[in-house]
Amino acid sequence: MSATQQKDSVLSLRGINKTFGAVAALTDIDLDVAAGQVVAVVGDNGAGKSTLVKVLSGVHSPDSGTITFDSKTVDIPSPAAAHRLGIATVFQDLALCENLNVIQNLFLGQELRPLRLNEVAMETRSWELLRQLSAKIPSVRVPVASLSGGQRQTVAIARSLLGDPKIIILDEPTAALGVAQTAEVLNLVERLRENGLGVIMISHNMADVKAVADTVAVLRLGRNNGVFDVNDVSVEDIIAAITGATDNVVSQRRARRKEGLS
Amino acid sequence: MTTTLATDRQDERLQSREGLRGAITDVIERARGGDLGVIPVVVGLVVIWAVLQVLNPVFLSSTNLVNLTLESAAVGVIALGIVCVLLVGEIDLSVGSVSGLSGAVLAVLFVDKGLPVWAAILAAVALSAAIGWVYAQLFNRFGVPSFVITLAGLLAFLGLQLYVLGTKGSINLPFDSALVNFAQLAFVPQWLSYTFAVVAAAGLFASGHLHARERRRAGLSARTTSMLAVRSIALLAVLTFVVWYLGQTRGVGWMFVLFVAMVLVMHYLLSRTKWGRSVYAVGGNVEAARRAGINVRAVYTSVFMLCSSFAAVGGILAAARLAAANQSSGAGDVNLNAIAAAVIGGTSLFGGRGTAFGALLGMIVIQSISSGLTLLNLDSSIRFVVTGVVLLLAVVVDSIARKSRTSHGRA
Ligand SMILES: Nc1ncnc2c1ncn2[C@@H]1O[C@H](COP(=O)(O)OP(=O)(O)O)[C@@H](O)[C@H]1O
Ligand SMILES: [Mg+2]
Repeated sequence: MSATQQKDSVLSLRGINKTFGAVAALTDIDLDVAAGQVVAVVGDNGAGKSTLVKVLSGVHSPDSGTITFDSKTVDIPSPAAAHRLGIATVFQDLALCENLNVIQNLFLGQELRPLRLNEVAMETRSWELLRQLSAKIPSVRVPVASLSGGQRQTVAIARSLLGDPKIIILDEPTAALGVAQTAEVLNLVERLRENGLGVIMISHNMADVKAVADTVAVLRLGRNNGVFDVNDVSVEDIIAAITGATDNVVSQRRARRKEGLS
Repeated sequence: MTTTLATDRQDERLQSREGLRGAITDVIERARGGDLGVIPVVVGLVVIWAVLQVLNPVFLSSTNLVNLTLESAAVGVIALGIVCVLLVGEIDLSVGSVSGLSGAVLAVLFVDKGLPVWAAILAAVALSAAIGWVYAQLFNRFGVPSFVITLAGLLAFLGLQLYVLGTKGSINLPFDSALVNFAQLAFVPQWLSYTFAVVAAAGLFASGHLHARERRRAGLSARTTSMLAVRSIALLAVLTFVVWYLGQTRGVGWMFVLFVAMVLVMHYLLSRTKWGRSVYAVGGNVEAARRAGINVRAVYTSVFMLCSSFAAVGGILAAARLAAANQSSGAGDVNLNAIAAAVIGGTSLFGGRGTAFGALLGMIVIQSISSGLTLLNLDSSIRFVVTGVVLLLAVVVDSIARKSRTSHGRA
């Protein structure tokens, strides 16, 4: 099914390969993301999720394969190129400066009026972004160090929205968070979808995946191991695909469906 | 009261803190959280001045304070450079040697080779900037820790200084030269000093007022006009008193004005430009800065070059003040005093925290100790020990504040 490109997809990968020396980190990977769609990418440790994120964010170039963005075939040779295209990435470690406040972090590297910083415009825009995400941050003039994990994730996501991206990639956004903060971040993902962004969310947490994703793409040992609609797949099936009982799962499901039909 | 809340005041968890009271509460709260700002240095200064005044009533005399301001300029300028390198979380231990070298180069070019003074100054500063550039290349390309690079520089450039001075070992600058005149005899006329004070207070009020108006237009909370007025009047009162008191004897030296002007320029660059932001970002989290698209290497390069250039200017001012460049210029406690001034002024050794004004305040503390102990006829051995202890105290305060920030989630 993944061989035919979905018509409405903003970003499509076809046959992406990436090797590190003797390690084939990604083999023949296909992936589609549409506007307003949340695609969860799941897989065991070493499955190639981070490598996939790095290919999309311009950190690594793929050895072969095509990337189609907005119906044009594109190269993503650098993080700046990804940024220009409209692919924003929030890495797992967030990369915030703890000594700087929320505004300063949001506009880091893209400050308005370099020789006489326009603090007022930056603060106004910061509030706009945070409101757009319905974020719960009481003040934007406090150092990021004083924010909770969920609030920091919010700041990192808000920052990635500054360049008006079409696709936003979240690497394990809830991995380090407690229950309430996880809910906060999942709300945020929902908000991104409502705003018409395509979201790629790397996750280990099946509950999160079931809660916000539309589609689940499973990677196993650097290969596609099934793309499921989240509504007609059970957590057990996803886990089976992650751990390797895949062929069976997919065929079993097909078999089951056929049985149901006949 | 207004019916619509400012955009940044809408969260119900925010306690409204308005007026003078609110401002004071804010400062106390931040200090508790380990964000001490200039509090320790101001407290330290008051204590040190009180003690020294009790020990020797001449200490707070106008004559002595005029001297103190003049003596603080040279090393203060060097400390300004140290603030910049500390902000990116690095260090330059060679500023003393570089300042000595630059004084020697100036003297040789100006006195021995007969170059115009501006050309000699330019050459000395350019040479030092080049030294900073070399440091930055070693740091960026080979990842050698900055304290090792600059420790090597400390020795190497001391050697170069001795070589440049040659067998004479000392070169006198002519007393009638503009440079020496500037450092020793040039004082601001009293009326002009008062004008400076008024301009500073009016400028503070005007910029604050414009900023507040812009914020209100954008629907953000802003300082009230009365708060701004109080702040400006307080500044005016302090500056007028200082000018008046120093004016009892020789007044405000142009060299000190030059130092303060440099502090103001650096303050602007650090707090109001994109470059300044990137300096703080690199000191806070290099990887984050890199990913935000900041050219981290260029930031390090600019900072190392700036630091050695300031060291050069400091060295030139010191030579001008002494009317000579000799083998001991920039040696002894210059290095440590400059670093101590920066740290005492609230610049963190851990990077990402500190202000240009810190160099000014820290330098006044260091110079007060030095001048006070000289007045007591204690020799330099004791001065070294006391300065060392004060530096250690400042570093301990810095470390405790950092710990407190971590435990209050403000690291
Ligand atoms: N820079 C690299 N150099 C060499 N091997 C790498 C590199 N990055 C990833 N790999 C290898 O590629 C495989 C996939 O890694 P990764 O994408 O990090 O997996 P995941 O994020 O799914 O845990 C692993 O076997 C890993 O060792
Ligand atoms: Mg990974």
